[in-house]
Amino acid sequence: MGPAGSCAHDRLTGVLTGKPSGNETRSRSGRKPALDTTITLTVDGERRELTVDNRTTLLDALRDGLGVYSPKKGCDHGQCGACTVLLSGRRILSCLALAVAHDGAEVTTAAGLGEGEELHPVAQAFLNHDGFQCGYCTPGQICSAVGMLAEVDQGWPSHVTEDLGAPVEFDEAEIRERMSGNLCRCGAYPGIVDAIREASR
Amino acid sequence: MIPFTYSRPSVAAEAVEAVTADPGASFLAGGTNLVDHLKLGIASPTALVDVRDVVGDQVEELPRGGVRIGAGVTNSELAAHPLIRARYPLLSSAVLAGASGQLRNMATTGGNLLQRTRCPYFQDVTTPCNKRAPGSGCSALEGYGRDNAVLGASEQCVATHPSDMAVALLALEAVVRVLGPSGEREVPLEAFHRLPGADPERDTVLEHGELITAVDLPAPPKGARSAYRKVRDRSSYAFALVSVAVIVRVQSEQIADARIAFGGVAHAPWRAHRAEEALRDRLVTEASFRVAAETEFVEARTGRENAFKVPLAVNTCAAVLRSLTGATR
Ligand SMILES: Cc1cc2nc3c(=O)[nH]c(=O)nc-3n(C[C@H](O)[C@H](O)[C@H](O)COP(=O)(O)OP(=O)(O)OC[C@H]3O[C@@H](n4cnc5c(N)ncnc54)[C@H](O)[C@@H]3O)c2cc1C
Ligand code: SF4
Ligand code: FES
Ligand code: FES
Repeated sequence: MGPAGSCAHDRLTGVLTGKPSGNETRSRSGRKPALDTTITLTVDGERRELTVDNRTTLLDALRDGLGVYSPKKGCDHGQCGACTVLLSGRRILSCLALAVAHDGAEVTTAAGLGEGEELHPVAQAFLNHDGFQCGYCTPGQICSAVGMLAEVDQGWPSHVTEDLGAPVEFDEAEIRERMSGNLCRCGAYPGIVDAIREASR
Repeated sequence: MIPFTYSRPSVAAEAVEAVTADPGASFLAGGTNLVDHLKLGIASPTALVDVRDVVGDQVEELPRGGVRIGAGVTNSELAAHPLIRARYPLLSSAVLAGASGQLRNMATTGGNLLQRTRCPYFQDVTTPCNKRAPGSGCSALEGYGRDNAVLGASEQCVATHPSDMAVALLALEAVVRVLGPSGEREVPLEAFHRLPGADPERDTVLEHGELITAVDLPAPPKGARSAYRKVRDRSSYAFALVSVAVIVRVQSEQIADARIAFGGVAHAPWRAHRAEEALRDRLVTEASFRVAAETEFVEARTGRENAFKVPLAVNTCAAVLRSLTGATR
């Protein structure tokens, strides 16, 4: 895992105990600069407070700090989409977001999309169309699809939109392009595309 | 990753002051490049200064038909903005050709300009790299060289600049607005990114502590057509092998004027002045397009693995000119 992994233990300790993780520096004045920050996040409707080492990503804060295991760590470098969550309704990658930079944020994970026992229509469509096999990429896929459909509703164009001045014609090419940031090692793409097409109706 | 402090000033001058006063400090915007570099050990700041409250997040009209893009405008908002889609579709296309939906929702205009090369050795701290560790050597010269620059490289560094957005901005003659400790300055985009020369550790002309506040675009050239075309290993979510931004105006079957910029070929987005000159007043024919594009690459220096970039860039440029001008011969 390289440099990221070597301090994961320290970081986790910091996250869980709320104490600095040991190897902090001192400023020239001798006063300890703040290397930890207490933040609040509203996660799936629930307001949570936690103290994070400033180095903690939003993904690690959710999983290791708050026990919210819906978003997954695939690559940890922005290259797979498994960690996708919604920040105030917009899809983002939680592995490249620092938790401290999102104090006060409203985070929705795939686990928080449904109403009680009822699945969100996008999640239900994944079920109907075999949009997953192992399921590892699925929470990221579903959050990404929900965020993406909202972007389409707002009339945002994509790389394959022919006419940037006209309304989007939402077809398979649009789905594939707009979902290209979510990789699936199981290759469940045909089912994912079908699910999203159904959910978009 | 070494520990760092985090602050989020609400006044631009404070952000500038905080970074200027501390050689270990770094600005943070969307984090999509910097957070990755923290993890890889390429960047090791001891203080992060979040700029998202101090740089604009709006696209505003300027007098005389131009626009000002706040440095905090996200790549998604920029590409979708009605003013940009209507006046600068070239810019929307280039931004939409980059990264993924999630990344564009995080990435900012300022951060995009300052993203660093994807050279695999730059990103691997176990290998020599003059850009990351000045004086250690350049692994890309003898190693994996498929991404290497073909124009304007030096013995010290052959990396390419990865931004799609910057290629379109270069063709649009954008101006970068910068706030430093002694006030504001404007840097034309063409003078913003550097060629590597003997000090490849510096990507741009920015000094430590200088903040990008906005990017200004002059009014788009009247009566011109434009397009951005990116060629890559897969059809989405991949960096460019080469890309080209073209703005062209045709008058009675002749090229009245053209602006061309290439991505993926050099350490900076590359304005193709020679090709533009060679096109002026030429008939819109395949032959003139090819001759012009080839002119740009006469001084190209290629290695074993990246020689393909020259014909690829020439063909792509000619194809875009063909489709924009409707040339039939
Ligand atoms: C998997 C992946 C694929 C990608 N594919 C593409 C692609 O195909 N095409 C493409 O163009 N890009 C691509 N990108 C790169 C992406 O566009 C950049 O990472 C992004 O634009 C950087 O913006 P940011 O706001 O996140 O910058 P940050 O990561 O926050 O900052 C980047 C740098 O800019 C500095 N900085 C930020 N804002 C300012 C400011 N206002 N003033 C001064 N300094 C500032 C920071 O100090 C830092 O050094 C990809 C990224 C990933 C992870
Ligand atoms: S090309 Fe530049 S960035 Fe890549 S290894 Fe050489 S010096 Fe480093
Ligand atoms: S874990 Fe975030 S993109 Fe792969
Ligand atoms: S379902 Fe297994 S990775 Fe997508």
